Amino acid sequence: MTSSEYASARETTEGRVFTVTGGDWDSVTSSIDPLSNEKIVVNMGPQHPSTHGVLRLVLELEGETVIEARPVIGYLHTGIEKNLEYRTWTQGVTFVTRMDYLANMSNEAAYCFAVEKLLGIEDQITERASTIRVMFMELQRIASHLVWLATTGMELGAISMMLYGFREREYILDIFEETSGLRMNNGYIRPGGLAQDLPDSAVKKIRDLLVYLPKKLKEYEAMLSGQIIWQKRTQGIAVLDVTGCLALGITGPVLRAAGLPWDLRKTMPYAGYETYEFDVPTATTADVWGRYLVRLAEIKESLKIVEQTLDRLKPGPVWVADKKIAWPAQLALGVDGLGNSLEHVAKIMGQSMESLIHHFKLVTEGFRVPPGQVYVAVEHPRGELGVHAVSDGGTHPYRVHYREPSFVNLQAIPAMAEGALLADVIAGGASLDPVMGGCDR
Amino acid sequence: MSIQPGTEGSGSAPETVPPPSSPDKGMFGVMGTGDVSGFGRLVRPRPAVFDSPRPYGGYFDDVYDALEEAYPAFSEAIEKVVVDRAELTLHIRPERIKDVCQVMRDDGSLKFELCSSVDCVDYLATDERRFHIAYQLTSMTYRRRVRLEAAVADGVPLPSVTSVYPTADWQEREVYDMFGVVFTGHPNLTRILMPDDWEGHPQRKDYPLGGVPVEYKGAEIPPPDQRRVYQ
Repeated sequence: MTSSEYASARETTEGRVFTVTGGDWDSVTSSIDPLSNEKIVVNMGPQHPSTHGVLRLVLELEGETVIEARPVIGYLHTGIEKNLEYRTWTQGVTFVTRMDYLANMSNEAAYCFAVEKLLGIEDQITERASTIRVMFMELQRIASHLVWLATTGMELGAISMMLYGFREREYILDIFEETSGLRMNNGYIRPGGLAQDLPDSAVKKIRDLLVYLPKKLKEYEAMLSGQIIWQKRTQGIAVLDVTGCLALGITGPVLRAAGLPWDLRKTMPYAGYETYEFDVPTATTADVWGRYLVRLAEIKESLKIVEQTLDRLKPGPVWVADKKIAWPAQLALGVDGLGNSLEHVAKIMGQSMESLIHHFKLVTEGFRVPPGQVYVAVEHPRGELGVHAVSDGGTHPYRVHYREPSFVNLQAIPAMAEGALLADVIAGGASLDPVMGGCDR
Repeated sequence: MSIQPGTEGSGSAPETVPPPSSPDKGMFGVMGTGDVSGFGRLVRPRPAVFDSPRPYGGYFDDVYDALEEAYPAFSEAIEKVVVDRAELTLHIRPERIKDVCQVMRDDGSLKFELCSSVDCVDYLATDERRFHIAYQLTSMTYRRRVRLEAAVADGVPLPSVTSVYPTADWQEREVYDMFGVVFTGHPNLTRILMPDDWEGHPQRKDYPLGGVPVEYKGAEIPPPDQRRVYQ
């Protein structure tokens, strides 16, 4: 038995246990007798750069073949659903935006659609607010797919893709920052409208992005699509057909890469998606390659939608007219961040006591939501994001449950990994695009 | 972790459940403290849900009739039909839920191929069968959604639907983890989000928010009802 300073070994009742910290597999394999120890159990994660977050995979290996794969989750469980029950409906946005931190606009939008459906005010949402919501959900989809491309590139050995993907995503986060004051966890979409209007400077940035990003997409395609290593690492890897997807509840790009054009924006439209022109890209290979192609094509389709939203944007209010739901203040972005606009402060502090009381009550206690339950689903970058919201008639949610696509999709890992090679577990897991913040909530 | 109702004394949570709040009263209608901090452990009862009269409207009647025709024990299985906010909820007897799901998936005029979500709502103090498990089914063929709801009391198991919808595997584990509802026939009903040795089921309404000692550099944060209160 050899002992290495990088891969130390110790004897346990379960057998010999190695702690491997880097590329020191030689010391592990050299101290294992291939005749008596043909099976190795590898514990990958939860802190591992290739597991796409704090995901732990327990893999039983025979040689390099995975015999059994067990995903273990829960390392990022933050109790958001429980916390929501103790805050007002509006405060809930602040929590849900932190679930899937790569798609916070989709989280917020789905939550707000649910609250608005409970309130029965879906039809009162102003056109401008609805258009900006669609615009931001699509920008978010692009940003999320760029991160997918970046991290998957890194996990499969294309490090430059990681740098490019994150660089381009920063342009979109700049737009979010310009509008809401924050790059991530925006809390921008609120029940009844938007935290504040879209500034003209952000519109200009979006126009620039529409010119800039298509050029970059061509570069990525030139860099990855024709590259033989990328093809070998993705084609025919982690295949999951439509039957498998439906049984396991897999939706989103993974399902579309298997050939089923199921996209909630088309099949069960919300927020006026039926009025936009775009295609639902599909592939038929049902492998990592197909998912790569679908995501790249989806970025282009999202750009098309963003362009249409810009053309439709007309001045108007971004809050519902109902003063008992709409946020009382018009927020403005000052040098020290987002806050009440000066006009509003002048009004409530100097002119109208009633306005002050109204503001105070609405912000501290919130509005009441009639009792009942709804299930609202949106097409999230990773699949169907469903919000099951229950109200008891009070100012707080009674229960909010998120059907998170990351959580449901991760169930596919054993189906994709078992019987395949260890290296393909990484490709297969990455192709699901799990975000553990959303998965564990 | 033991869950104790708040003890009387300054700054502790009220022991009795506040009376049902009425949405008709007052501008905002808030009763009690209007506490938004979460430390008061608000428990509010929820009004009862009533049967909706026929016709239900839209595709709801088609789904109802198709299920009635396809499932012989329909009249025993169904407890209530509720149509609210353009959503159909079929309340199913918990022991029948697996059979109903099987029919919902396989019958040609129903075809609910996808089980979108399984989750639970705890109606503590409003319903004796406090845990309502909600199954959101989606028919991709007909582009329809239906919610099945099965109510069980604390400690009463119900059949797992994993053999019909394998996707329910993790979702049922989450319901078990968060509410302590046991699904019989589930292949591996263990905790999924909380640590394996966790005591209690955090999403229950009588489980307080917080109160877990957070160890950081030797500091511990006491449960909310034992914290200092400023009044």
